[in-house]
Amino acid sequence: MATTVIIGAGPAGLTAARTLIAGGVTDVTILERNPEAGGLPRFCGHLGWGFFDYHRIWSGPAYARRLVADARGATLRTNVSVTSLGPGGVLEISTPQGRETLTPRAVLLAAGIRETTRAARLIGGTRPWGVVSTGAFQEMVYAGGQMPFRRPVVLGTELVSFSALLTARHAGIRPVAMIEEAARITARRLGDLFARHILGVPVLTRTKLVSIEGTSRVDGVIVEENGMQRRIDCDGVIVTGRFAPEAALLRGGPLALDPATGGPQIDSFYRTSDPAIFAAGNVLRPVEHSGQAAAEGAAAATAMLRDLAGTLPAPADAIPVTPAGALRYVYPQRVFRDAGAITLYARASQACRGTLRLKAEGRTLVERRIDALPERRITLTIPEGALKKICRVELELA
Amino acid sequence: MTLPPDVPYDIAVIGAGVVGCAVFRDFSLSGLRVVLLERGADILSGASKANSALLHTGFDAVPGSLESRLMQEGAARYRRIHQGMGLPLLPTGAVVVAWNAADEAALPGILERGHANGVHDVRPMGADELRAREPHLAPEARGGVWVPGESVIDAWSAPLGYALQGIAAGGRVLRRAGVRGGTRDEAGTWRLDTEVGPVAARLVVNCAGNQGDIVEAIARPSPFEIRPRKGQFVVLDKTAYRLATAIILPVPNERTKGVVISRTAFGNLLVGPTAEEQPDRERAATDTAALESLLAQGRRMIPAIAQETVTTAYAGLRPATQFKDYQIEALPKEGWISIGGIRSTGLTAALGIAAHARRLYEAHFATLPAFEEPEGPVMPNLTEELPRPWQEDHREEIICHCEMVTRREIAAAFDGPLPAGDLGGLKRRSRCMMGRCQGFYCFRRVMEIAAPHLPDLVSPLGGAR
Ligand SMILES: Cc1cc2nc3c(=O)[nH]c(=O)nc-3n(C[C@H](O)[C@H](O)[C@H](O)COP(=O)(O)OP(=O)(O)OC[C@H]3O[C@@H](n4cnc5c(N)ncnc54)[C@H](O)[C@@H]3O)c2cc1C
Ligand SMILES: Cc1cc2nc3c(=O)[nH]c(=O)nc-3n(C[C@H](O)[C@H](O)[C@H](O)COP(=O)(O)OP(=O)(O)OC[C@H]3O[C@@H](n4cnc5c(N)ncnc54)[C@H](O)[C@@H]3O)c2cc1C
Repeated sequence: MATTVIIGAGPAGLTAARTLIAGGVTDVTILERNPEAGGLPRFCGHLGWGFFDYHRIWSGPAYARRLVADARGATLRTNVSVTSLGPGGVLEISTPQGRETLTPRAVLLAAGIRETTRAARLIGGTRPWGVVSTGAFQEMVYAGGQMPFRRPVVLGTELVSFSALLTARHAGIRPVAMIEEAARITARRLGDLFARHILGVPVLTRTKLVSIEGTSRVDGVIVEENGMQRRIDCDGVIVTGRFAPEAALLRGGPLALDPATGGPQIDSFYRTSDPAIFAAGNVLRPVEHSGQAAAEGAAAATAMLRDLAGTLPAPADAIPVTPAGALRYVYPQRVFRDAGAITLYARASQACRGTLRLKAEGRTLVERRIDALPERRITLTIPEGALKKICRVELELA
Repeated sequence: MTLPPDVPYDIAVIGAGVVGCAVFRDFSLSGLRVVLLERGADILSGASKANSALLHTGFDAVPGSLESRLMQEGAARYRRIHQGMGLPLLPTGAVVVAWNAADEAALPGILERGHANGVHDVRPMGADELRAREPHLAPEARGGVWVPGESVIDAWSAPLGYALQGIAAGGRVLRRAGVRGGTRDEAGTWRLDTEVGPVAARLVVNCAGNQGDIVEAIARPSPFEIRPRKGQFVVLDKTAYRLATAIILPVPNERTKGVVISRTAFGNLLVGPTAEEQPDRERAATDTAALESLLAQGRRMIPAIAQETVTTAYAGLRPATQFKDYQIEALPKEGWISIGGIRSTGLTAALGIAAHARRLYEAHFATLPAFEEPEGPVMPNLTEELPRPWQEDHREEIICHCEMVTRREIAAAFDGPLPAGDLGGLKRRSRCMMGRCQGFYCFRRVMEIAAPHLPDLVSPLGGAR
């Protein structure tokens, strides 16, 4: 019986496996539902991977291959879907041979993320062919060598939306427009210039996608700008971003969720509300780049090593952290008072400038001026010893 | 492709919605040579692809109407054959919930109408019993009327199964075969002008749904006029399934049965439909405001819906007319049977309508041999109530992870005498890409299997489409 089981062979899961093996665990199993390990990077052919963890700049597939190679020593079981995550880390799995139940000592959930669909955004219109997510589009282009359209519009202006533009360029097609409801693009300013000048794609801000039109295939979209509606002819829509954790295993399951992140609540040792189950990577919250997911995988594995050695503090000793003001979420959602310095990660709901304060019992423990963007990770380190005798803390951006 | 025009079919059925499929089935099984003509790339291109998928009891129909009778007959026939065909029937029951005093005042009338329709097991349900049965309902629920016979079925596998049974009995299904017009010769044979060439038949059955009056004009000035009535729906994630066990019905008003919450055969929770008149017969579009309003109404009835996510949204057009009842008529002189205005209960009534069409045929045209229900075919199970292929030992690779669809199931949708004709047909036959990610994870691999069968979906990089 495996000592530790990792769900998901993406950057977080594979990096965790490498860390567990380096830490002396001989029995690490990774379960991956796809035929190949590697997670999302497998299908992202453009450069931009490996910088934070390997200090190199690779394509997604090259990065994925390296992660897989470095996790050798772990038992990698592909084509295996985890179908239920029960209390105590009891796993129901579906394998090509049949169904099994696993009862490992510790589980790491690293099931990643996906983009919010057209339907979940309640975008109206008909249901023609040619509406896809960035992830699906990239996999189609880089792994399938096919494309579903030639003149799509790109909905959204997150970092991943620009990834869609790069993929379009690789496919030799030019999107007719990028559409953004807000007054400015979500990603950093440069993206804007990049889209307009390098790729020749107009970026339409303050523009709302009202409906998708077409009978069998998309033939246009209706957008609204300043209360005026107009039609843009196109043959597809790439619905980008608004990531949400792949929470299929979580909803209705035993773990406490954080409605703000959409992922499981964790303590500062990446432990969920069930002490046998840890979680890391993008399943924790809407998207981070692979370097952050990998770093979390490593940190969670380090905590799991301590757990196996019996040196983690009892879960009940943790105190809650909550977001306030302009913060959308903060994690870990629970921290320990006397377990060294702890880094909190947070995101703002929208672009804003303000003071980030760690507050407890009416006092401000740490504060700092920041310039926040919805796609910029906000971090704050709680110095060792700062939480003595405190029962709850709040991280506020005001 | 078609028979030579001088060898007429006994019957040409126009329109492969659920009604046309059932009529095609019954006449083929009666030993007639029948062709089913559908203008879409696949069957179920109209109202029948987008409904609530409820098998009604008819408790709230107009007593004595043809609709009431045929719904009961249709539901009874479905109940007899569904097991043999592997078709699901979720015996959820339904409760008409009273939310205020006015609703409460309407309950006795609902009960009475149920009894008048011969649905004798409807009964009042007190607030406590209702709460015990449906703990997620908002506290304002004051009790209601319990209708134990209302059920949920798979609205796509059933008509597909009917069509397959018709084919097995010797019938033919022609798709992309829209009927543009037709003439009748001196011998009384119809020569229909279709997109795949002329088709000759001695009798035509018009089951053209929202095109019903236009097709009817081939035979005569149509006595009914189609007035499409749109219904939009929101499908919630499978995690919402637990929030209602019975179908939650509102007290109906004059125009509509109102917004319903029900389980689907595939394990989701459905909220809808709206009821919106529109002139357009084709465009079944959703709009953000209506979807938001559906969600708001859903949350009012079941507050926990607020925490659930939307898997998909869709709209269907009911083929309504200026009349309340079905418009079914045999025209012996014209060699024609009209089946029109099957607006909001056709899934339930389809097999009843088919039996009725057989009776009209016997009354006005010729006798038929005694009807015998066939064995099989057994449809693939797409519901979570029964074991699915992914749960078997030695399963094939799972391609669609949200709906747990294996490679073989996707490939099988392109096998047999009625392979998927378009992407919608593939989704309806296999459920791939119908889940919470809507293709984020499986799009490429589904395309690799589907593209050889469905050209035009994708094109190679660099090449022109
Ligand atoms: C289009 C796109 C472009 C991107 N571009 C970049 C970029 O240029 N640079 C960058 O650094 N980051 C980029 N990212 C972000 C990057 O993909 C993520 O940060 C990273 O993949 C997160 O790693 P992870 O291990 O948390 O999750 P994932 O990579 O999503 O891995 C999760 C794995 O878990 C498996 N899994 C899920 N559920 C189950 C189950 N029930 N049973 C078994 N297995 C399961 C999945 O199949 C998957 O392989 C991009 C993301 C997208 C979508
Ligand atoms: C929102 C909504 C909810 C509903 N809920 C339920 C329910 O819960 N239970 C229930 O029992 N019923 C329900 N219904 C009703 C049910 O869906 C309809 O009564 C039924 O689908 C009507 O079937 P049909 O075959 O008459 O029409 P259609 O399904 O529209 O079929 C007509 C077919 O004819 C084809 N056609 C048209 N013109 C031509 C031509 N010239 N040549 C060839 N082919 C042609 C069309 O392409 C189409 O495929 C609902 C309907 C809606 C819209």
